[in-house]
Amino acid sequence: MKVDDVPATARSPVLRLTGITKRFGDLLANESIDLELARGEILALLGENGAGKTTLMNIIFGHYTADEGKVEVSDPSGVLQPLPPGNPDAALSAGVGMVHQHFTLADNLSAFDNLVLGTESLWRPWQNLRGAQARAQELMSNSGLTVDLAKPVSSLSVGERQRVEILKALYRGARILILDEPTAVLTPQETESLFATLRRLAADGLAVVFISHKLHEVLSISDRIAILRGGKIVATQPTAETNREYLAETMVGKTIPEPVREPQSPGLPILQLRNVAVEAEPGRTPLRDLSLTLRAHEILGIAGVSGNGQTAFSNLLSGLARHHHGKVELFGKPLANSTPARMVRQGVGRIPEDRHHDGVVGEMTVWETVMLEDYYRAPYQRFGLLQRDAARQRAEAVIRNYEVRCPGPDAVTKLLSGGNIQKLILGRVLDREPGLILANQPTRGLDIGAVTYVHEQLLAARKRGAGIILISEDLDELLTLSDRIAVLYRGRLSEPQRVEEVTIRGLGLMMAGQGFEETAHAA
Amino acid sequence: MRLEPREEVPLSLSVGAPLLAILGALVLCALPLAVAGAPVLEAYGLMLRGALGSRFALTETLARAAPLILTGLAAALAFRAKLWNIGGEGQLYLGAVAAVVVGSTAWAASPYVMIPAVMLAGFAAGALLLLIPTLLKTRLGVDEVVTTLLLNFVVLLFVSLLVEGPLQDPMSMGWPQSEPIVEEATLPRLIARTRVHLGLVIALVAAALAWLLVARTRWGFEIRAVGANPSAARFAGMSTQAVLLRVAILSGGLAGLAGVGEVAGVRGYLTTDLSPGYGYSGIVVAMLAQLNPLGVVAAALFVAVIFVGADSMGRALGVSSYIADLIVATSLLTMLLATLWLRYRVRWK
Repeated sequence: MKVDDVPATARSPVLRLTGITKRFGDLLANESIDLELARGEILALLGENGAGKTTLMNIIFGHYTADEGKVEVSDPSGVLQPLPPGNPDAALSAGVGMVHQHFTLADNLSAFDNLVLGTESLWRPWQNLRGAQARAQELMSNSGLTVDLAKPVSSLSVGERQRVEILKALYRGARILILDEPTAVLTPQETESLFATLRRLAADGLAVVFISHKLHEVLSISDRIAILRGGKIVATQPTAETNREYLAETMVGKTIPEPVREPQSPGLPILQLRNVAVEAEPGRTPLRDLSLTLRAHEILGIAGVSGNGQTAFSNLLSGLARHHHGKVELFGKPLANSTPARMVRQGVGRIPEDRHHDGVVGEMTVWETVMLEDYYRAPYQRFGLLQRDAARQRAEAVIRNYEVRCPGPDAVTKLLSGGNIQKLILGRVLDREPGLILANQPTRGLDIGAVTYVHEQLLAARKRGAGIILISEDLDELLTLSDRIAVLYRGRLSEPQRVEEVTIRGLGLMMAGQGFEETAHAA
Repeated sequence: MRLEPREEVPLSLSVGAPLLAILGALVLCALPLAVAGAPVLEAYGLMLRGALGSRFALTETLARAAPLILTGLAAALAFRAKLWNIGGEGQLYLGAVAAVVVGSTAWAASPYVMIPAVMLAGFAAGALLLLIPTLLKTRLGVDEVVTTLLLNFVVLLFVSLLVEGPLQDPMSMGWPQSEPIVEEATLPRLIARTRVHLGLVIALVAAALAWLLVARTRWGFEIRAVGANPSAARFAGMSTQAVLLRVAILSGGLAGLAGVGEVAGVRGYLTTDLSPGYGYSGIVVAMLAQLNPLGVVAAALFVAVIFVGADSMGRALGVSSYIADLIVATSLLTMLLATLWLRYRVRWK
């Protein structure tokens, strides 16, 4: 590398990757990757799912061993030292901290216990208690990350848990912090506060790698952006010199037009809720006094921080829960004694929030997954025997019509990628042309191509005359697809507003509870 | 060393791995055999001859396999639905009790009436016994591992009470055994002067039907879905409770049938030592077969070979017949390793 190639910010690197290559069988997950990270720099690693971001970070952190190439981390005096491969302990003690997308906290322990877990002696954990507490307090006041350390993690909000994760890394003396999709679970306000924290930490010298596929976040937080595609770094640019369109194109490798919501005049009411209340499982938010009308040709977006009643709401519409108060009318008929099977038969298409947990049985084949909701009906069942040919034919049609990439109907479902599993579920649901569609987080964790595909299909269903309830944490998605948007907060739903009348800022405030106090007094 | 998932399993491996596992178990068990003072190769030779080497040995092995197939199916079906039925032994004994109650008086002249009645009674008794813990599980969330396991001891004590009380044979001179099964209710021998009886055919038919059920029917589809991912099954519209109750009836019933076979096919009357732990061995058989109903037949034959062979070898060489338990247990462990090997490729670094 020539000296003048080195960006100004990378003059004193704390992390250097040279020629990292990693293969999984025939798949080249990372291909000769060179990357440098400077002290105090926030580097965004942008790329679609499967581009190799997480693999690369796992190599740095020692979860994987690279087939070729080396990782170097600077020691406290600033000299780069090679990091022994495949050794997370070495990475930790060299000052690499990682916050995973799925938190790695012990829910039953207090935030403080989680901080010291793995750092302080397990043999005599009380030995250094006072010193540890003082250090934790100091870290909190220096970083601005405040959490009630005495509380058990299970009682903390998602944003607070993430703060604990970051504190945990800092407590271990991290000088390089890797954040894997950190904003996926946060509200806009929480994201803003995370960004403020990261800027503050970077100003104190922390080097940050921010992994994301959300363009606007990458643009607003990072100093420099490295774009991964197909396992290779295809571009590295200072953030100030780039723009959204360029990033999107480079990341995907081609331009993908976002589908356009054509104006449609709403039709007859499909779903009417009047003062509906739904009980929830212990620890979940019940629904209170919920009213709405959904019409044909309409998408109603439900915004809200997760845990504010989305689960109870989606359980009601998927037939898993029943309302104990108020009135529900589906296609003009009152809803009573609903079960999941009855909802499906009445023409409700349900896209579950957690596709792996609720949507598919991973061990089953693709054709079995496709008939999971119809297995007991002709032509998939006769005299108690499964009609495998009919089921296979339908699976083939779904694979073809919904662009599911898989070896065929006999492939095992869990071997499919998340995007293809979602297309499979989408195909299973939309193939029946349901009149009401419940789409709960339909694009969570999908890459841009798959997201666009899901959006197109939902819009096509809307055009066909379906009414769609879209529950999402992605405000961009809600604003693109919805005709009207309402906010769920602590089990209550705001009056739906036309999408032209809402702003991200306004939604964010409502998601934090603004406007709900008055209605409580009025009601 | 690293494990990488295999995309596809070559046929040679899927056949070879279980055989290697058995071979591995025999190699591992050579050590305790040697410590016991037996010449290892000769011991294995005697075992093989004792289990398969003569017409008598072969029929003895088949007679042993029949109850193991039934209890193996009982465990395999239940485990498929993640209903952890550890109570096969108790269900077997209760099935035997029902067979004695129905079959120790000649209330009908024809075996075509008596035999189905005895089997139905045994099936129903086993099914009822497993329904109790299953209902406790689905209604109250009681752990069925504990309840089914403990019911085994309750049932055994109950049998003890019966054979020393209400069911005791007045002609037994005080021995704790029940009145004998009448001629009309006795399962006919398939081969004269051996212990192979109709129960073997019933076990084989049951295995074929169980395979058909699991792989090809709507109910089997539900069982597999509920077992592999109950929350997706519920979301798709299945009633997990109904599925578990159905599985409980089948599983308990099959174990009950094993008891019918032992009492009405082999022993002729009920005692408290009717079963040498067939209910528990059924769990091992099911695990060895990886819960595949057809595999259960092969696994039951294997376990029967080891048990019968080790008995005969032990007598000849003076080795404790516990060596059979050791070999079966070791092959279960090596089989677990083999299945891991089937799913993952081992990469040495």
